[in-house]
Amino acid sequence: MDMLTQALVDGLLTGGLYALIGMGMTLIMGVMGIINLAHGQMMVVAMYVTFVLFHYLGIDPYITLFISMPSLFLLGIFVQRFLLNPLMKVESILPENQVLMTVGIGMVLTEIMRFIFSSNYQTVRTSYSDLTWFIGDISLGAPFVFAFLMAALLTVLLFLFLIKTDLGRSIRAVAQDKEAAQLMGIDSEKIKVITMGLGAALVAAAGTMLMPVYYLYPDMGGAFTRKAFVVTILGGLGSTVGAILGGITLGLAESLGSTYIGQAYDDMVGLIMFILVLLFLPGGFKRLTKV
Amino acid sequence: VAFLKRHASALVFLALLVAFPLVVGNPYYQNLMIMVLMWVAIGSGWNIIAGYTGQVSFGDAAFFGTGAYVAGLLAFKLGVSPWWGLALGPLFAVLIAFPFGWICFRLRGAYFALATLALNEVMRHIATIWESLTNGMVGITITQTFVSKIPYYYIALAIAVLSIVSVQLLERSKWGYYFVTIREDQDAAESLGIDTHYYKMISLCIAAALTGVAGALYMNYMGFIDPREVFSLHDISIMAILVGIVGGVSTVYGPAVGAFIMVAVSELFRTGGFGVLDHIAETSGLAWIQVLTDYIKEAHVLGFGILVIVVILFLPNGVVGDWHILKRRVFGDKLEAA
Repeated sequence: MDMLTQALVDGLLTGGLYALIGMGMTLIMGVMGIINLAHGQMMVVAMYVTFVLFHYLGIDPYITLFISMPSLFLLGIFVQRFLLNPLMKVESILPENQVLMTVGIGMVLTEIMRFIFSSNYQTVRTSYSDLTWFIGDISLGAPFVFAFLMAALLTVLLFLFLIKTDLGRSIRAVAQDKEAAQLMGIDSEKIKVITMGLGAALVAAAGTMLMPVYYLYPDMGGAFTRKAFVVTILGGLGSTVGAILGGITLGLAESLGSTYIGQAYDDMVGLIMFILVLLFLPGGFKRLTKV
Repeated sequence: VAFLKRHASALVFLALLVAFPLVVGNPYYQNLMIMVLMWVAIGSGWNIIAGYTGQVSFGDAAFFGTGAYVAGLLAFKLGVSPWWGLALGPLFAVLIAFPFGWICFRLRGAYFALATLALNEVMRHIATIWESLTNGMVGITITQTFVSKIPYYYIALAIAVLSIVSVQLLERSKWGYYFVTIREDQDAAESLGIDTHYYKMISLCIAAALTGVAGALYMNYMGFIDPREVFSLHDISIMAILVGIVGGVSTVYGPAVGAFIMVAVSELFRTGGFGVLDHIAETSGLAWIQVLTDYIKEAHVLGFGILVIVVILFLPNGVVGDWHILKRRVFGDKLEAA
C-alpha cells in the first residue's frame, strides 16, 4: 500500500513538471498549428543556462529562473521571427516543412551545447537537493515539491494572462481563427513570435526547476520532446487544461510503470498510453472536459 | 525505340554506374558508391510516403533496422544465408509498418510525424532490451559472403534501380495519383471516395519494404550491426529526410541526387574535407587549424541540422524540384542573353 501511495505521490509531483512542458507545446500548437520538435532541446538550453550560472557564479538554481526564462523567451522570439515566419512565404510541396525546420533547430541546439559543454553528464548539487520530508511513511523530495508548486503558480499566471490581458486575448483569438483575428486588427505574425517566446519560457522554467534533481547532458532534449508530445496528445491538441491533465497522467503512469514493471521501460509506458489514447479516446481529455 | 529516347539520359547514367567499379578500382570510392546506392533506396522509400503521400516520416530507421536485424538474425540464430534477408527483411518491415499505420494514420501531419519518431525509439529500445534475441548492445556480427566490394556494388545498384523504377511506375499509376491527392487535400480526397486510410497504408508499406531491403543489404555488406547504429535517429531517419528534401520531394530522381550529395557531405565532415584540412594543419603547423579540424570531424550532426534549415528556407523543393531556379541563379545572365 505504501509503495502504491509513494508511486502516486512521486507521479503527481513529476506530472506537474510534465504539465509545464506540455503547456508550452500546446500553446505553440494552438497558435501556430505546428508541433515544436525543438521543445525538449530548448529546455536543455535553459538547463545549461542554469548550470553555467550556478557553476561559475554560484547563483542559486531557483534564482536563475529570472535569467533562464527571459533568455529562452528571446531564443523563442529569434527562432520564430527569423526561421519559422519566413517559411510562410516559401512555396514548398512538402506540407510539414515548418516541423522539419524545428527538427533542424533542435539538432543545431543540441550540437552547439555539445560543442560548448561536451557530452559529459553535469549536475547541480545544492544543499536542498537531497532534502526530503516525510508524511507518515511517504517521502517527499523537497525540490520536487518546489517544482510542483512553481508549475502550479506558473499555470495560474498563464491562465490569468490568457484570460485577463489584451495580449492574452489576442493569442487566444489567433488560436481560434487566424483570419478573423487579422480582420480585427491583430498582427498575427507578432502574436506568433510572442507565443513561441512564451512557450520557450515555460519550458525553460520546467528545465530550471528540474536542475537540482536531475543530471544534464546534450542529448536529453529528444526524450523530453517526446514526453511533451505524449502530454499534448493525452490532453487533446491545443488545450491548456488538457495539457495539465495529460502531464499529471503521464507522470503517474511513468511512476507506476517504473515501480511495478521496471526502470528500463519508463519510456515505453508513455508510448503505450499514447497508443491507448489514440485507440479509445481520440481527441484526448479535451473530449471529456469540453474545455 | 521510343522508350530508349524517353529515358536516354537515365540509361546513359545507368551505363556509367554499371561501368564504375570496373574503372575505379579503389575500394574507398567503391564503398562510398555502395552507400550512395543504398541511400537511393531508402530515400525513394521516404519519398513515397512523405514526398508523394505527404505523411512525413521521422522513423525510417525502424524499418531499416528491422530489415538489418532480420537478415542478421537469420544467419546468427538460424544459420541460414543472410541474403534471405533481402526477401524476409522487407516482409518483416511491412509487418511492423502495418499495425503501426493502422493505429497512427488517425493522426495527421506533424502528429503522425512524431508518432513515427516514437516508433523509431521503441524499436531501438526493443532491440536493446530483448538481449536473448538481439544480443542487446553487443550487436550482431556475421561473416560477409564476399571479400571484394564489387558483388555488393552490383546488388546495391540493382536495389537502387528497382526502387527508382518502382517510384517511376507508381508516379504514373492510379495509386500515385491517389497519394498526391491525399497530400494536397485529404478531406477532398475522402469526399471523392478515396479510402485515404487504406491508401496511406499502402504507401507506408511500400516505403517500409524498400527501406527494409536497404537494411538487409546493409547487414550483409557491413557484417556488423548494433541497435544504436541501425536504429539511429540522426544517422538513419534524419539522413533519410535530408536525402529526400535535398534531392527534391516527389521527384523520381530527387532521392538519387540527394543520396549522392548527402553521402558526399557526411564524408566531407567525417574526413575533415577529404583530408585537406589535416594536410593544411600539418604543413602550416598551426595548432588552431588542427583543433578546428578535430571539431569539424565531430560536427556532422551540426552540419546536417544547419543543412536542414538552409535547404528548407532557400531550396524548399530540393535540387531537382527547384532546378529551374538554381539554373537561373547560376547561369542567369547567359540565359537572358540567349
